[in-house]
Amino acid sequence: MIKVEQLSKHFGKLKAVNEISFEVKEHENLILLGTSGCGKTTTLKMINRLIEPTHGTVFIDGKNISEQSPEILRRGIGYVLQNNGLFPHYTVAENIAIVPQLLNWDKKRTEKRALELLEKLHLSADYLNVYPNELSGGQQQRIGLARALVADPPVLLMDEPFGALDNVTRQKIHAEFKALDELKKKTIIMVTHDVQEAFELGDRICLMDAGKIIQDGTPYELLFKPVNDFVKDFLQEQRLQLEFKTIRLYDLWKWLAPRPPKGGASDFQSNEKMEVQRGLSSDVDFWSGLEHFKFGKSETINISHKEGHEVKSVNFEQLMSAFYQYKQQAHE
Amino acid sequence: MNEQQQSLWDFMQQQSGKLGEQTIQHVGLTFISLFIAVLIGLPLGIFITRQKQFSGPVLGIAGVLQTIPSIALLGFMIPVLGIGAKPAIAALLLYALLPIIRNTYTGIEGVDSAVKEAAVAMGMNKWQVLFKVELPLAMPVIFAGIRTATVITVGVATLASYIAAGGLGEFIFGGISLNNTNMILAGAIPAALLAILFDFLLARLQKLNLKKVKTAAATFPVLIILLASLYFIPSAYGSKLKAGFTPEFMGRQDGNLGLQTKYGLKIRTVVISDAVMYKAAYEKQLDVISGYSTDGRLEAYNLVVLKDDKGIFPPYYAAPIVRDEALKKFPELENILNLLSGKINDSIMTALNYRTDYLHQSPEKVAKDFLVSKKLWKPARDSNGEVVRIGSKIFGEQYILANMYSMLIKGYTNYDVSTKTGLGGTKICFDALTNDQIDFYPEYTGTGLLAILQPSAKTIDSVTRSRDETYNYVQSEFQKKYNIKWLKPIGFNNAYALMMRKKQANSLDIKTISNLKRYLESK
Repeated sequence: MIKVEQLSKHFGKLKAVNEISFEVKEHENLILLGTSGCGKTTTLKMINRLIEPTHGTVFIDGKNISEQSPEILRRGIGYVLQNNGLFPHYTVAENIAIVPQLLNWDKKRTEKRALELLEKLHLSADYLNVYPNELSGGQQQRIGLARALVADPPVLLMDEPFGALDNVTRQKIHAEFKALDELKKKTIIMVTHDVQEAFELGDRICLMDAGKIIQDGTPYELLFKPVNDFVKDFLQEQRLQLEFKTIRLYDLWKWLAPRPPKGGASDFQSNEKMEVQRGLSSDVDFWSGLEHFKFGKSETINISHKEGHEVKSVNFEQLMSAFYQYKQQAHE
Repeated sequence: MNEQQQSLWDFMQQQSGKLGEQTIQHVGLTFISLFIAVLIGLPLGIFITRQKQFSGPVLGIAGVLQTIPSIALLGFMIPVLGIGAKPAIAALLLYALLPIIRNTYTGIEGVDSAVKEAAVAMGMNKWQVLFKVELPLAMPVIFAGIRTATVITVGVATLASYIAAGGLGEFIFGGISLNNTNMILAGAIPAALLAILFDFLLARLQKLNLKKVKTAAATFPVLIILLASLYFIPSAYGSKLKAGFTPEFMGRQDGNLGLQTKYGLKIRTVVISDAVMYKAAYEKQLDVISGYSTDGRLEAYNLVVLKDDKGIFPPYYAAPIVRDEALKKFPELENILNLLSGKINDSIMTALNYRTDYLHQSPEKVAKDFLVSKKLWKPARDSNGEVVRIGSKIFGEQYILANMYSMLIKGYTNYDVSTKTGLGGTKICFDALTNDQIDFYPEYTGTGLLAILQPSAKTIDSVTRSRDETYNYVQSEFQKKYNIKWLKPIGFNNAYALMMRKKQANSLDIKTISNLKRYLESK
């Protein structure tokens, strides 16, 4: 979907971005991760031509973007900024309508689409005639997202979209972000310096440093197959937490002791009963598994394999021991 | 002092026609200049946000223009644009440019870069970014710049009367020259009120602006054009020749008023500063001007004095006038100042003035050369710390006299000297003297009589028949009223005079003021 080839940006002698190449598949969510000054934002801005590259090319859908008019190109790419970049002199409705206006949509269509988005983002329609400075930071960021999504562009670029929010709001928006169906059909490139966020939201992560991509891989690969010490050190501080969130229960499947559920496999009577019996899907991450002990009252939880019908029941100690066994194996 | 018993209100009512006309001219001048300044400044301000390398030079030049003294700027304009409205508007708009350019620039630069980036990233082209994002958000700052420019322009527009562009400055500078407080206030108060009013109105417009950008943006240029057009309404009468008189001459019995009552002279008249009047006559912008008979520019610009055949200009013999207290404090002063008495006649003074006005020699050099030639010059002695303060009015002759007195005092006594030259008009000079700001300055008998004493018309008639009668009258009256002493006359008579270009006067066969009148009335 998006292909970046040998892309460089020099500011005088400084090579902000130095001959990087990567690819993003359709509907994939790629994270550009790194500390400030590593070139990740510059890379992002070269994809919608806010910054023109010194060398290299970017293809979107097989077309070289430098051969398109930048305005037309940008109207087909959603863009979300850290400080939302909402127009303070426009109401929420007018802000959302910017791109439709540039694309000459008729008013009714724009209005309908704006209402639809507000509902999906859990904002009341009353906000349409309000100015951005009357909204909270989280609400502003949602409007920023709505503005980027309104014309349903296939590609979405996000520059530290949740960076200015407090932790609680950020967690909430992360959850919404993952649940939003609109985003599942988008090819997304997101810039962040927040390792947790990268691991939580990214299908793939490009870890950058000094204008170069150090490692391009899935969260799992970065954690357990780091290409060098830089990657290892970068994740070191939050390693345990990242592992908890990256490892899924089915990764641990073979270390979990099989224990048939009470009542037997043939006893399924109703869907409701079956849900209780099946318990947690093995597709969830390890962290969620642990949380079930915290919130649930039972000593054990039931986990069902994501494909098969097999169900296993484990207690806390068994789960932890499976985790350590898995880690040992992964590092070998 | 009968004029000062008249209240300001009476004066304004009596002069309401003139006041209205001047106010309209003032508003017109202000807004034409402002309109053009916005027309130039706004695009220029936008341009330098796009081409940053020009921002330094453009803001620098506009800043330098701002620091040029207004009168100097008006003076520069005359050779290029003549006199009247054109140079005045050009000068005013140059003053209005800086705040408009600077505020447009800072306003647009101050727009949140995230908002600008978002606008570009949404797919707006550069014009859409400018009109939909940058200008609306910079509008409060730009408006503040226009307000500043308006207030500056209303103030500087008072100086437009120096170059015959009219406005409330006519009353202000006329009043200063004529020692007429009511006249000054009749110009100054409306000018101040205009500044406050426009600032207030623009502030209201600005508040409106936040809510309804489009309406206000449309109203504003229309309003400016309407107000600007005011300037072109008046002044639709004509005569064959055009006269330029100083504000002082306009209001004096021995000036324009006398020309009207005694000669019945009717001529199209503009008010102009004497600093630029001669040049304007030379460059055929004016045909008749009110000059001084010893002015060096008379010779320099090839002008000729029309004979005052009905005798309305009284003698103007120059003499230093000194406060009695100063004479007591500096006992040697009187003798020193009298050294110059009888040494300078009309033609000598004209020649001296010619050297400063036309050959551009410094008044100091001219003064020294003259004293040396008369064997009066001595090198300066050591000072004993006592300081004599000399005043002078704001024209060449007075600078020369002040320099001569300064050299004489330093050469013949141990006093030190400080000179306060360039005091703009009789009122300022005389007030400085009575308020113990200066110790003496050279004054003219006619001015002392008509501008300061202001006796009844009958007295004037009786004392202006000869030079000595006038001198004796002002000497005794000044002593009585102000404790100020007229020392011996220097010798020359710098009277008011009407002048024309020699060539034109010859070809029209005009030698006297009566000739001029007959020519104007002939068909």
